[in-house]
Amino acid sequence: MADTGISSSSGARGAPGSVATQATLPIARKPSRLFRNLASKIALVPMILTVLVIFVGCTIWTVVHSFTSSKLLPKLDFVGLAQYERLWGNDRWMVSIKNLAVYGTCSMIFSLVIGFTLAALLDRKIRFENTFRTIILYPFALSFIVTGLVWQWILNPDFGIEKVVRDLGFESFVFDPLHSDQFVIYGILIAGLWQGTGLVMCLMLAGIRGIDEDIWKASRIEGIPVWKTYVQIIIPMIRPVIVTSVVLIASGIVKVYDLVVAQTSGGPGTSSQMPALYVMDRMFKDQNLAQGFAASTMMLVAVAIILIPWAYLEFGGKKSRG
Amino acid sequence: MADATANTPAVGIGPGPRGAKPRNAFAPRNIMLYGTLIIVAIYYALPLYVMIVTSLKGMPEIRMGNIFAPPLEVTFEPWVKAWSTACTGINCDGLSRGFWNSVWILVPSVVVSITIASVTGYALANWKFKGSEFFFAVLLIGAFIPYQVMLYPIVLVLKNLGDGISFFTVALGLGKVQVYGTLWGLVIVHTIFGMPILTLLFRNYFASLPEELFKAGRVDGAGFWGIFFRIMLPMSLPIFVVAMILQVTGIWNDFLFGVIYTKPEIYPMTVQLNNIVNSVQGIKEYNVNMAATLLTGLVPLIVYFVSGKLFVRGIAAGAVKG
Repeated sequence: MADTGISSSSGARGAPGSVATQATLPIARKPSRLFRNLASKIALVPMILTVLVIFVGCTIWTVVHSFTSSKLLPKLDFVGLAQYERLWGNDRWMVSIKNLAVYGTCSMIFSLVIGFTLAALLDRKIRFENTFRTIILYPFALSFIVTGLVWQWILNPDFGIEKVVRDLGFESFVFDPLHSDQFVIYGILIAGLWQGTGLVMCLMLAGIRGIDEDIWKASRIEGIPVWKTYVQIIIPMIRPVIVTSVVLIASGIVKVYDLVVAQTSGGPGTSSQMPALYVMDRMFKDQNLAQGFAASTMMLVAVAIILIPWAYLEFGGKKSRG
Repeated sequence: MADATANTPAVGIGPGPRGAKPRNAFAPRNIMLYGTLIIVAIYYALPLYVMIVTSLKGMPEIRMGNIFAPPLEVTFEPWVKAWSTACTGINCDGLSRGFWNSVWILVPSVVVSITIASVTGYALANWKFKGSEFFFAVLLIGAFIPYQVMLYPIVLVLKNLGDGISFFTVALGLGKVQVYGTLWGLVIVHTIFGMPILTLLFRNYFASLPEELFKAGRVDGAGFWGIFFRIMLPMSLPIFVVAMILQVTGIWNDFLFGVIYTKPEIYPMTVQLNNIVNSVQGIKEYNVNMAATLLTGLVPLIVYFVSGKLFVRGIAAGAVKG
């Protein structure tokens, strides 16, 4: 009896076991609700502080100060939407947004397509699967700084791919994305994809492996070609993995910073600027704090636009998870 | 009909031969499959190869030759130079300083972040109280907030924290304490931003352990810490290894927090690397740059190649709901 009483009250297990009589145990009232489960509450202080001070507090602080005219030091003299008007009238910011749109769209599409294709290839019961996976995933262990610097070197026009191809006899071959206003963003994209597709592949492979073997038997009996099975049956079945990948890729895209710093430092000129760079330069170089806060608030809004529909789709119907 | 047969694998498919069709290793399909994978693998492996090859060449050979060609004369001089004499600004003591800075940042950050996150995850899994799940949900949402939004207010938080601690240390005659711009400031930041993913990892792991263990501990009179140290910890070595892999690679590869929350004397390796390679003064020594890049990437690469499947498990665990 006592046993069932304890287990049914799981979740809010009481403070040190004051052994009451069997009859009163399930409804025994503790002296104060605040001190019940005290050790757990103390253990969660770091998390609660992080949530309240950093994630909630600092975010609200930044959003509030984005409506002020803070320059070198933060101050609370509100100027309404002036910072935002300035932001959207700024050429560098507009270039950043355009770059982010191009980089984001390409990165999303290519990551998903390449990631899924590679996962499907590795799923074909091949030999040396582990070797291939290890090679494709290792860039993910490297930092964006290392990634950016390596690709800066490979794309170097005087020594890299351009020179190698010209030495082969194609004298007029041009492949110098990092020094071209127009193509610099694709140079960054190449490096970004090299670093990140391994992760998408691994997620997709785990998703594909989780599918019941019977699906394959059924599709073989029906005579459906393998590629068609992947496209029409497997993709819809691994929808949750794809959604996870999309969210991961998207939040990575918005944050992209170190890669650009290492590869081009935002140049040539301002042609490879990204929102994160804009924020950092305004806040820590130009002493134009409020402008940086306004730009970072726009980044937050962008993330919210991506996340809220996802959270709604994923968790909207269900009450609990875990 | 097809479904019925597919769902009963023990019954063969019709009267014909059973089992998989014997495969011909050189069927066109296989050549296509392995051909594609080998080309992809070469593409992914190429930058690492170029890094190694370049770092072993002398500058004259680099100017003359092809970046993909193996070195004619192997020299380790660039490695020695990158490690001990490469210059950033006026300092010419090489990357070794950045390396040791990174080690000094890495060790306390990994220990503190994992300690706090494991206790937090344990409390969330086994000692829930009203509101604990809510804070956890906000913590997970917080993982998606772009860092740029919180960077500046965290500077203020760290400064105030330093002042707050100084209030006591000065009273005790120990002098002023600084948190912002020091190693411990960075440790706090890494602990904060590692918390969502690590807590999720630990919480899910502890929640997956059989509840009977926990109950048995309670019946035997163990409290919060007793159960944690004597029952949970001995069972959770694998998850601690996964968490270590995540944190070691993540913190080693960090650039953004290193730039903002430390001073030039204690810049981590990634920041120093970027300063060495992207410095505008002097002649560019590409072999030294690549040796420096490789040195910086070495720690995560070793972690990756040694840990193998655990690394994949770590990122998958992190990615599934992170």
